[in-house]
Amino acid sequence: MANFIARLIGRDRSASTAKERLQLVLIHDRTNLPPGVLENLRDEMIRMISQHIEIDASGVVLQMTQDGHEQRLIADIPLKIDRKRRR
Amino acid sequence: MGAKVVTITSGKGGVGKTTATANLAAALAAMELKVVCIDADIGLRNLDLILGLENRIVYDLVDAVEGRARLRQAMIRDKRFPNLYLIPAAQTRDKTAVSPSDMIRLCDELRPDHDWILIDSPAGIERGFRNAVAPADRVLIVTNPEVSAVRDADRIIGLVEAEEKGPAQLILNRLNPEMARRGEMLSPNDVIELLAIELIGIVPEDEHIVVAGNRGAPIALDEKSRAGQAFRNIARRLNGEKVPFMDLERRDGFIGRLSNILGRGG
Repeated sequence: MANFIARLIGRDRSASTAKERLQLVLIHDRTNLPPGVLENLRDEMIRMISQHIEIDASGVVLQMTQDGHEQRLIADIPLKIDRKRRR
Repeated sequence: MGAKVVTITSGKGGVGKTTATANLAAALAAMELKVVCIDADIGLRNLDLILGLENRIVYDLVDAVEGRARLRQAMIRDKRFPNLYLIPAAQTRDKTAVSPSDMIRLCDELRPDHDWILIDSPAGIERGFRNAVAPADRVLIVTNPEVSAVRDADRIIGLVEAEEKGPAQLILNRLNPEMARRGEMLSPNDVIELLAIELIGIVPEDEHIVVAGNRGAPIALDEKSRAGQAFRNIARRLNGEKVPFMDLERRDGFIGRLSNILGRGG
């Protein structure tokens, strides 16, 4: 997505690609957490949370972010509450 | 109090550790400080070549550690500075010939008579790296603005912290300011942000470095070279001076154009 925006505004330079790729790979290196493990964790979270509340599983985003020396695991979990079902 | 021990390391090979060590050593010696540099890359020695001292080697680091030579005998005096010495690596042995505690002992013996002890670390994260870092008071990490070098630098930063030798400082070597300006090379800010580490110097890409290596004469002694200036600045910062970072974007005027042609630095 960030790549797409960069392309739109004409900032699709290899340095920003390098930076984005490094941001991701450094987080995995530092936490010793291969990308595949994050995928598994995501699936498990979806299963667990779905037992309590209905969520839009296809919209779940689980990612690591970095802020200086601090690593964060951020989960974005959209809930499934649409009008039709509240009638 | 005696000498400060500074280890220059990187993780990845070929980023300019040996060049940085030779040039910081020469720049500190030119400031009339007493300097010893130690080539800890046992089996792949090169610091002697970059300093132009390869023909003077009789004894080496391993000879000194194993007692075949006194430490003084393994110290080669520089041709240009009477206050600069090199302890060369052994060429026919491997990293296991020396232990971290050997390195600490060796440096402790050198400390009283010198101001700076610079250790050129081998690439990698194994024994050679641990040997080089064990006696360090400070660690300088050399990297290039390239994905693989930055990734390896991050690993090394973590290992240096784990050895309680941090916080390390960063030398960003071989920056091409023109490419960074075009967005086709990671900028100093990108690298600092990614690695979350303090910068001690930026060395512009400079073809004079190759020429200096050919001749065995450190570029830090070349008053006209931009890379040489960068290394002299790093030496002064190491020594506690506040030195502003060079303006690598300067590209106007005759001198700027000329140095662009000569050194890519702008």
